[in-house]
Amino acid sequence: MALEESHVRRAAHLARLAVSDDQASGFVDDLSRILDMVDQLQSLDTEGVMPLAHPLDATQRLRADEVTETNQRETFQRCAPAVENGLYLVPRVVE
Amino acid sequence: MQWETVIGLEVHVQLATRSKIFSGASTAFGAEPNTQACAVDLGLPGVLPVLNEQAVAMAVQFGLAVHADIAEVSVFDRKNYFYPDLPKGYQTSQMYHPIVGPGDVEITLEDGSSKRIRIHHAHLEEDAGKSLHEDFHGMTGIDLNRAGTPLLEIVSEPDMRNAKEAAAYLKAIHSIVTYLGISDGNMAEGSMRCDVNVSVRPKGQEAFGTRAEIKNVNSFRFVERAIAFEVERQIELIEDGGSVVQETRLFDPDRDETRSMRTKEEANDYRYFPCPDLLPVVLDQAYLDHLRGQLPELPADKRERFQNELGLSAYDANVISASRDMAEFFEAVHSECGDAKQAANWVQGELSGALNRESLSIANSPISARQLGELISRVLDNTINGKAAKEVFQALWNGQGESADEVIEAKGLKQVTDTGAIEAMINQVIADSPAQVAQYRDSEPEKRGKMIGYFVGQVMKASRGTANPQQVNGLLKEKLDALL
Repeated sequence: MALEESHVRRAAHLARLAVSDDQASGFVDDLSRILDMVDQLQSLDTEGVMPLAHPLDATQRLRADEVTETNQRETFQRCAPAVENGLYLVPRVVE
Repeated sequence: MQWETVIGLEVHVQLATRSKIFSGASTAFGAEPNTQACAVDLGLPGVLPVLNEQAVAMAVQFGLAVHADIAEVSVFDRKNYFYPDLPKGYQTSQMYHPIVGPGDVEITLEDGSSKRIRIHHAHLEEDAGKSLHEDFHGMTGIDLNRAGTPLLEIVSEPDMRNAKEAAAYLKAIHSIVTYLGISDGNMAEGSMRCDVNVSVRPKGQEAFGTRAEIKNVNSFRFVERAIAFEVERQIELIEDGGSVVQETRLFDPDRDETRSMRTKEEANDYRYFPCPDLLPVVLDQAYLDHLRGQLPELPADKRERFQNELGLSAYDANVISASRDMAEFFEAVHSECGDAKQAANWVQGELSGALNRESLSIANSPISARQLGELISRVLDNTINGKAAKEVFQALWNGQGESADEVIEAKGLKQVTDTGAIEAMINQVIADSPAQVAQYRDSEPEKRGKMIGYFVGQVMKASRGTANPQQVNGLLKEKLDALL
């Protein structure tokens, strides 16, 4: 599948990545080659094969419903750029 | 043109686990901001989620209660988007293999009829944190205590055709989750939230119209109001030659309208993929059987039993079975007094009225089921009459006495059924009311029935309310008619 630069720009925007014009054209080639490989995989007949949700042949372990964590707000907030009244502050979000 | 409304609901239910879905942080409501947000909830590097067994069990119990297929294998996916109250940059959810498959719920409408609403599926996911938009020097405050709280999102089929059906469905879901004890169902605190999908189509047309999704519909009443507004808006729009845009709208209860939320943003693209940090969840039959064995009697079964075995009306059975607390209270009253109809009347009438006046829930009723049952027994065995019963009820409500018998004794409310005593009072009243007696005698026979009320009132007053009203009535009629 041949990608266009607009696809790369959109993917970068969704992932909040800053991509320069030079980089963008490079990514078009790189990502197109990855997608070619996916196309190749898709040519395989997978009729009757269960989609794989995880490469490990194991199932999820469950934990008992117990509160095991203590309040570590101070430690965690030490690396936050801005806090007030126990809240993390972020650039204003407008709905 | 005749229009038909099509409604589907997505209900988010916060599961009443002690800890979060993927971490051991507490889910208790109302804690200081960010004191219950651990490294996993904050999405710090290197952390791994571990699934809470109780959240799985609760989802399965819901599934069993709505006759759904429970997935032997379910898978968690990442729903990717950026928002400050979602620090990981994705919400862990179940897109392709939800834990609960297709099921159904029976709703009861106001006219007593019922309808089956299909459930498309229900999946487990984590809640996000909260954004506080009050002004922090032009910034937004983030509280992540709620991040990672387990949610069960219940998605209905578009089976509802009007606002009443949608509200009845929401009530049915509320009733099921609270019966199961998997959520406190508190809509005001956000434990249960609802998004409504609404579209309209010309009556008779099979294809659905374009739908709008209304968010922030957080009470039973708002569901009806939001739908009413939205239906009118869409019909007007189409009839004026416009067309409905598929979009997210916000319900504003203060202005009673829905508003478009964001139009500038491109269509959401969540790029779901299986979460590599979580393995597929596999449930075996023995586990499902174990959970099935723990299910309580559910509202629909209770409703049916109340109607068929206890002889309650469809309306009474529906109202009483809607809340587990009320149903259990009613059953305790019934087992004490043995009369289902009377128990239902008292629970729905006097008791519910008093609870409403003081904004109390039935779980916090000052009168116990045993006390109320005993009180009803005293009416049934003619120890007290209906009027005195209300007085006893009030006294018990106010804590003046431990039991109905104690109050009856203390206040001298025991009903006078001694014919001689009642006759004496009647004779006195007749002797004291010559004018009324003359009036009674001179009036048309068919009007006398009404006039007897005056004399009954006087006798009841003379007995301080303790005379048996049926006896008073009968004896009075005899005595007055003897004077004709």
